[in-house]
Amino acid sequence: MNDEPVTITAYPDGPLLVRGNVEIRTSEGEEIARTRRTVALCRCGLSTIKPYCDGTHKASGFRTDD
Amino acid sequence: MSVTLASPLTTPAGRDVAADLPFRARGPVSAAVLEQLVDGVPTAHTVLADAAVAASADIERDDDLQLALFALYASSYGAFAAFRADLEWDPGLIATRRVIETAFERSLRRSVEVPEQPAPTADAVARALFAMTGADTGPSLSRHLARKATLDQAHEFLVQRTIYTLREADPHSWAIPRLTGRPKAALVEIQSDEYGGGRPDRVHAALFARAIRGSGLDDAYGAYVDAVPAVTLASLNTMSMFGLNRRLLGAIVGHLAAFEMTSSIPNRLYAEGLRRLGFGDDVCEYFDEHVEADAVHEQIAGRDLAGALAEDRPDLLGDILFGAAACLDVDARVGQHMLDAWSRGESSLRGADER
Repeated sequence: MNDEPVTITAYPDGPLLVRGNVEIRTSEGEEIARTRRTVALCRCGLSTIKPYCDGTHKASGFRTDD
Repeated sequence: MSVTLASPLTTPAGRDVAADLPFRARGPVSAAVLEQLVDGVPTAHTVLADAAVAASADIERDDDLQLALFALYASSYGAFAAFRADLEWDPGLIATRRVIETAFERSLRRSVEVPEQPAPTADAVARALFAMTGADTGPSLSRHLARKATLDQAHEFLVQRTIYTLREADPHSWAIPRLTGRPKAALVEIQSDEYGGGRPDRVHAALFARAIRGSGLDDAYGAYVDAVPAVTLASLNTMSMFGLNRRLLGAIVGHLAAFEMTSSIPNRLYAEGLRRLGFGDDVCEYFDEHVEADAVHEQIAGRDLAGALAEDRPDLLGDILFGAAACLDVDARVGQHMLDAWSRGESSLRGADER
């Protein structure tokens, strides 16, 4: 990827979208596989594919107050 | 038999076009359209289409008209080699397309319920689209697949999906050159992911083709056109019509937003059901991929694509909502068709007697 700064964008009532070259790691420091350029990180805690978002926040009524 | 026609001179007019195509006509309009698309000899399809549109009780469920429209769009996509490339812009064929499209669009605008318009801001539009797509409370095809569907029903579900999904993402790509700025970048960000982000093996249509082969079905495009009802053709025709007509730019954008917003959770359930029935990872991978991908896409589509387009072009807001509502209605009809047929103990596919 390029040298553009990484961005993390909060989407209201939804996940954080990560764009740019960044490694996502487990608590043990192992890199988590990333198969797409833009990824969505779970913010509601209910995703079945954490750390990635699976859309479950919509069904649970998750709100971010923004 | 070869499906490639060397030149119009080598093709005798008036023969049976069925030999060149994986599907057959369903009435006079589609027969006349297919004949010209393959043989190049003008037929009376515009007159026939005018009459058929006037006589049709419900164009959204009309087999002959939906198949004719499907074929006319397939000519633009290049979906079948037997359709002559030099006829893509044939004035007679375009006239027929317009006759059917005009009636189809009018019917959709009449049958689809569009909510009240939010303020033309990215935030308000994204919230309105999520509210529309979240309010869907009808019977759920995905829940049926997850818990109850039989192996035969799972195969039928995959067959129904081949009509669009073997060409997944293509209808929405027509909008790219018609957008500018934020919405354009957002659509390309989504489509780049749909097309594998530079990896041919990750192209979503290719993942789906692998799933189709893995389940023992034929992944050749069009192999199951004869098997699917008009509502399934109408689902693809809706997006093709929105995508191919510049005046419907708002509608194709709204369609994509609604499509993405109703995808990640159902795809998790489809994968669950397919694994329950013993399908392997080669089949389930497509559905697994869409759980993660569409949770990303729905955010971009709602806010950065549809929302930003409404900010830039408030005049398109009505069509953004119409496109989203049409997506939900037309696709709900396909799901309902399958659930209804199965609840009667019947197949959702067209029987040999209907072909």
